[in-house]
Amino acid sequence: MSRTRFTRRLPAAVAVAGLALAVAACGGESTNSAETATQATAAALDPNADLTKQSLAVTVWAGYTPEKLQDMVKEELKIKDLTVTLHETNEVAMTKLTAGGNHGIDVAFVSGQYAQALNEQGLLEPIHAELIPNLANLYPEATQLSYDKGNKYSVPYTWGTTGICYRSDLVKTKPTSWNDLLKPPAWADKKVTLMTTERWLALPALKSLGFSVNTDKDEEIAKARELLMAAKPHLLKFDDTTFGDLLIKGDALMVEAWDGWCPTTHEKQNIKFEVPKEGSDLWVDTMVIMKSSKNKEAAHAFINYILNPEVHRWAAENINYKVPNKAAMEKVKIAPGSLLGIKPAELLNGEAIIDLGQASTKFSRLSSEITAS
Amino acid sequence: MSPSRGRRLGAFVFLSPGLTYLVVLLLVPLAMVLSYTVFQRGRFGGVVYEFTTENFTRLFDPLYLGVVVESLKMAGLATLIALLVGYPTAYLITRLPGRWKTVALVMVVLPFWTNFIIRVYAWIILLSGEGLINSGLEAIGLGPYELLYNQGAIVTGLVYSYLPLMVLPLYATIEKLDPQLREASANLGASGFTTFRRVTLPLTLPGVMTGSLFVFVPSLGNFVIPEMLGGGKSSMVGNLIRKEFLSARDWPFGSTLALALIAALLVLLVVQAWVARRA
Repeated sequence: MSRTRFTRRLPAAVAVAGLALAVAACGGESTNSAETATQATAAALDPNADLTKQSLAVTVWAGYTPEKLQDMVKEELKIKDLTVTLHETNEVAMTKLTAGGNHGIDVAFVSGQYAQALNEQGLLEPIHAELIPNLANLYPEATQLSYDKGNKYSVPYTWGTTGICYRSDLVKTKPTSWNDLLKPPAWADKKVTLMTTERWLALPALKSLGFSVNTDKDEEIAKARELLMAAKPHLLKFDDTTFGDLLIKGDALMVEAWDGWCPTTHEKQNIKFEVPKEGSDLWVDTMVIMKSSKNKEAAHAFINYILNPEVHRWAAENINYKVPNKAAMEKVKIAPGSLLGIKPAELLNGEAIIDLGQASTKFSRLSSEITAS
Repeated sequence: MSPSRGRRLGAFVFLSPGLTYLVVLLLVPLAMVLSYTVFQRGRFGGVVYEFTTENFTRLFDPLYLGVVVESLKMAGLATLIALLVGYPTAYLITRLPGRWKTVALVMVVLPFWTNFIIRVYAWIILLSGEGLINSGLEAIGLGPYELLYNQGAIVTGLVYSYLPLMVLPLYATIEKLDPQLREASANLGASGFTTFRRVTLPLTLPGVMTGSLFVFVPSLGNFVIPEMLGGGKSSMVGNLIRKEFLSARDWPFGSTLALALIAALLVLLVVQAWVARRA
């Protein structure tokens, strides 16, 4: 009998304990006050600080920096240690950096609109340009990015745009407009893809209607929704990871793609990239220094080291993304068909995606509506 | 120490590793997720601890309700097909001679030895426009058909992935069934079908329920198959939850959807337990 009593009471006891722990956990996290935006004030930094006493923790996307970065940085900067943690997406990084508590991150790699949002919350240390002489290597255009003109709190690492990636040997006419994807001609019916990630799902429709990619107007989003709903039956699928393979296999003929992911250097040389005439976006992945960092001198030295042409060219050569570093790009050997040759001035025609705050839920809803229909 | 106290202590000692695991890694996170349902979304994910009931109102938005209904339909259809395929399979396995039974059972479980994603990916190769099935059909002058990136492909993937979970419990119940009951039924003049309808099926109903639940539950919450085989063109609750957490950064609403899913499954478990007890 004692056994049944024991097991019967147990679930209740466990539930109570669980709730108590959960409440405790919640209480601990409630310092997360999202809207306490304080004006960024620069710390006084010592240009002659002893870096051997400073350790850095960096968070970055997997495969986005050289594998030997840790050894390279330690060797070059003589800092005590470098820890590299990886994040899958911007969202994961943001959760880590804004959740309160001690994340211990000194330098984070996030996209431009996220850097902007972090800064609005007062979480970023202003960039002390005097500690980063290699900023001079950047293209002049790279200091005029709309989310952060003059690189006040972020330093661009890679940049690019979104366009139509297509099979030049299989298309009957070369795509020039977002409408070639949204209203595909008969020969491309069910052979085109759009991206699934919310802002990029909306991008072709918004641009073809002549709206801003950063719109938060309900009627503009509604018009984009109509266009996307009408396009859906003519799509092969929504995809942001395998579109390159779909093109190579011939399952798709035209796809919405980020330039760095469009396999234009494929051996058969039958894949090309086109920025539609209605315009597109400009995405930038940046490096930022957290205000909470206790190793700010080392953090600046780290960014300065990344901007060294010999280091920065690694990104262009290995991950196939353009880097906003003139001195580095001049050293990069550009393979036939490679999109690394796109000029900064052309990129700047694109509209930088900025963070929309609360209005971003409109885009989440749009994407749910499109997929659920 | 009295024997009953000794037993109690023993139970505690043996239960504590599993219980600790469950409490710390399942119940606490679950309680946290459930507590999120009454709070507001943080700008970058996370939760702002201000009370709201908005998440529950949103649940009844036709948009999300539609996704729930659609998921129930797809998971239900997958379960039904798995049952129709799984029952005869399980029945035949029980009729096999001893050694072959083992072989057949191993073959049922065999797919589990390969990674789930790889098995689902294999279906893309089978079903795609230039895939094996379409090229086969083309050779005999048919097709090509649109087999991939639609709801049919999702249901196919679900049935394929969870069929073993249907066959195994069915096998266990059918195997336990006393053959003399069927003989008695036949002796009393019942046809094969009547015997199945009035004797075999009612007695194996708990197995049917368990198997159906094993297929239905993971099907309902699945997000990998709809994404890979459905091409992102239709979403199930699982996709919605994943999206709310990862890309929409709306943890509270994601939690509310998860809560709704858990509640629906609890109801099913209660029904299953009730059927099992009656049998």
